[in-house]
Amino acid sequence: MEFRKDLFAGERNEDLNEIGRPTQRQDAQGHVTGRSRFYEDHAMPGMLHMKFARSPHHHARIRSMDTGAAARMPGVVRILTSEDVPKKVHTLLILLGLGPDDEPPLAFDKVRYRGEPVAAVIAESEAAATAACAAIRIDYEPLPAVFDVEEALQPGAPLVNEYHGRNWYDYEGHDYQKIRFGDVEAGFRAADHVIEERYQMTPIEHAPTETGGCIAAPDTAGRYVCYTNTQALFFSLETASRILKVPSNRLHFVGGTVGGGFGGKVDSVHEPLALLGAMLTQRPVRSAYTRAEEMQVSSPRGAERIYIKDGVMNDGRIVARYVRVYCDAGAYSRLTPYGAVKAAAHMPGPYYIPNVWIDSRCVYTNRTPSSAMRGFGVTGADFALEIQMDKLARLVGADPMEFRIQNAYRDGDMKAHRRVTKNAALIECVQAAARLADWPIGERFQAMSSTRDGGGERARIPATPPPEPPVRRAAAAVPEAAPTPAAAPAPAPETRNAPIPPPRTPLAGAGRRMSSLLGTRRR
Amino acid sequence: MSHLTLSYHLNGSARTDLVEGGETLLSLLRYRLDTTSVRQGCKQGTCGSCTVIVDGESRLACITLAATCEGRAIETAESLPGRQGLHPLQQAFMDHFAAQCGFCTTGMLMAAKALLDANPNPSREEVVDAIGGNICRCTGYQSIIDAILAAAEAGRTGVAPASLRRY
Repeated sequence: MEFRKDLFAGERNEDLNEIGRPTQRQDAQGHVTGRSRFYEDHAMPGMLHMKFARSPHHHARIRSMDTGAAARMPGVVRILTSEDVPKKVHTLLILLGLGPDDEPPLAFDKVRYRGEPVAAVIAESEAAATAACAAIRIDYEPLPAVFDVEEALQPGAPLVNEYHGRNWYDYEGHDYQKIRFGDVEAGFRAADHVIEERYQMTPIEHAPTETGGCIAAPDTAGRYVCYTNTQALFFSLETASRILKVPSNRLHFVGGTVGGGFGGKVDSVHEPLALLGAMLTQRPVRSAYTRAEEMQVSSPRGAERIYIKDGVMNDGRIVARYVRVYCDAGAYSRLTPYGAVKAAAHMPGPYYIPNVWIDSRCVYTNRTPSSAMRGFGVTGADFALEIQMDKLARLVGADPMEFRIQNAYRDGDMKAHRRVTKNAALIECVQAAARLADWPIGERFQAMSSTRDGGGERARIPATPPPEPPVRRAAAAVPEAAPTPAAAPAPAPETRNAPIPPPRTPLAGAGRRMSSLLGTRRR
Repeated sequence: MSHLTLSYHLNGSARTDLVEGGETLLSLLRYRLDTTSVRQGCKQGTCGSCTVIVDGESRLACITLAATCEGRAIETAESLPGRQGLHPLQQAFMDHFAAQCGFCTTGMLMAAKALLDANPNPSREEVVDAIGGNICRCTGYQSIIDAILAAAEAGRTGVAPASLRRY
């Protein structure tokens, strides 16, 4: 690899001891000798195995459940249902200070995706637990299901998740996370060309070589230990503490060695229930996905459907960008409402565009809940954006590399989410990539720099009209601006005698803006 | 289930164990003998994390019945380090950043050792073929292939592989 220290030399100290030098991983010797201890290497004598009875339906009401026959099967020690779970409905978002609780660790009234856990069997062997799961009799009443993000937003679509009351995540009274910058309609009118394209990605499974799992066991003095391959040890610790309603100082989480995660091991689905099993049986309990479960029910990168409408001039300038993002959360939030915000923040791309309109929605469907995976929200956005950039370049007869250099952010430019660009480097990256690929670019583009010709007029926040959609699509059945049934009421005008509102608790879910977590609001 | 007596060598030591008729080599090595370098990734013969060497050939322990190993010699990654320290393959994997999360690493090492034991001078294509049954989700494989080729060179010349590659 080549270090280009000539670039941005004035912006960097040269007194770094580690950056730019190879160094050995601290865990490498453990890995090559096989001595690195993954969670499963902490197997204990007397350890029990937990497996789940899972829904065969995408969407169904649970009429009744009979665990009697399963409980009498050989090797079965205990069966857990929702009745055993101290906090019956939970959300991962609460660790970001957001709500609402929308997901039961074990389903009780309804199942909302195929593979959703309804009961857990704890048995002396994995085979005994698996066999007993098949013997649990659950009477389902199948319900209509919805699998498409835009169909889910249509009036009359099956309601996936009652805790939201509608098939989208509510962002402060809106069904979308928005960015409004300049006047896209005026931009489209002034543009030489306007194109709109549709992009659709599939869910992507992380497929780590080590499937997700943990071993929980009673420890001394009323404490419990949990060896886990979570990627987020304290995140999982607090999730378990909340679901089990025990103080977190009674739980000792041991982790750090993860056999591939990529975002797929942050949802903390094993730890709370394995700990609950250890508490109720007073024996070590292991919960682990089979490879088939890892593929079917572990949360993938959520699919996104993205519409991008761009206005571009013959000279190659992009003058307006209108984007609608539909992030498929599946049946439960997990971390997708956060991913949808990241998609909105990322969506203008690393390009200076004076008029931008973004709507990013988090939509509930009867698919496997999606969650974190390596830049979730952003990666799908980039897939769409960069294909769009190639199409735009072709449209105006520009070279795709030169087209990106021409439109790249430069230092001092105002971004659509109202942050001033600093330390831009896209121009230099594309120049270097073109050189390495022997891709000829014109002298004019060779000479461009991230540190020149930015700011000035490009630092201005343009006049932004009140939020009205620039195009009305037949499919756009979602009320754009009308308050949703559960929308936050508009703040009442202050009056002399108005009562002082109670302080908001950050855990109530209403006190923090998702955008403030991400630094996407203007400071 | 019927039990039978299995006599075999594990990492150079003679052993005799009672095994169940349907027991896999993975179950015996990992869950009963605590040979934890044999990783369980899929239990269906697709990921290669449980690769061991049986009589000089790489085998997937999760789809090998223990009962078929009567009289055979089984090697796992526990056997790799010698008196002088790490095996050249282990050193090369460290030097070339070929182990990231580490879960596939021991299986990769055993697949590579089976190759180099049989063919000390493999081509890059032969290395790719030898680890074709081992999935790595972190590295993108190039660093692993580089490491195996470097270890082969070290084995031939007796010179330790080059130290940390400049990235």
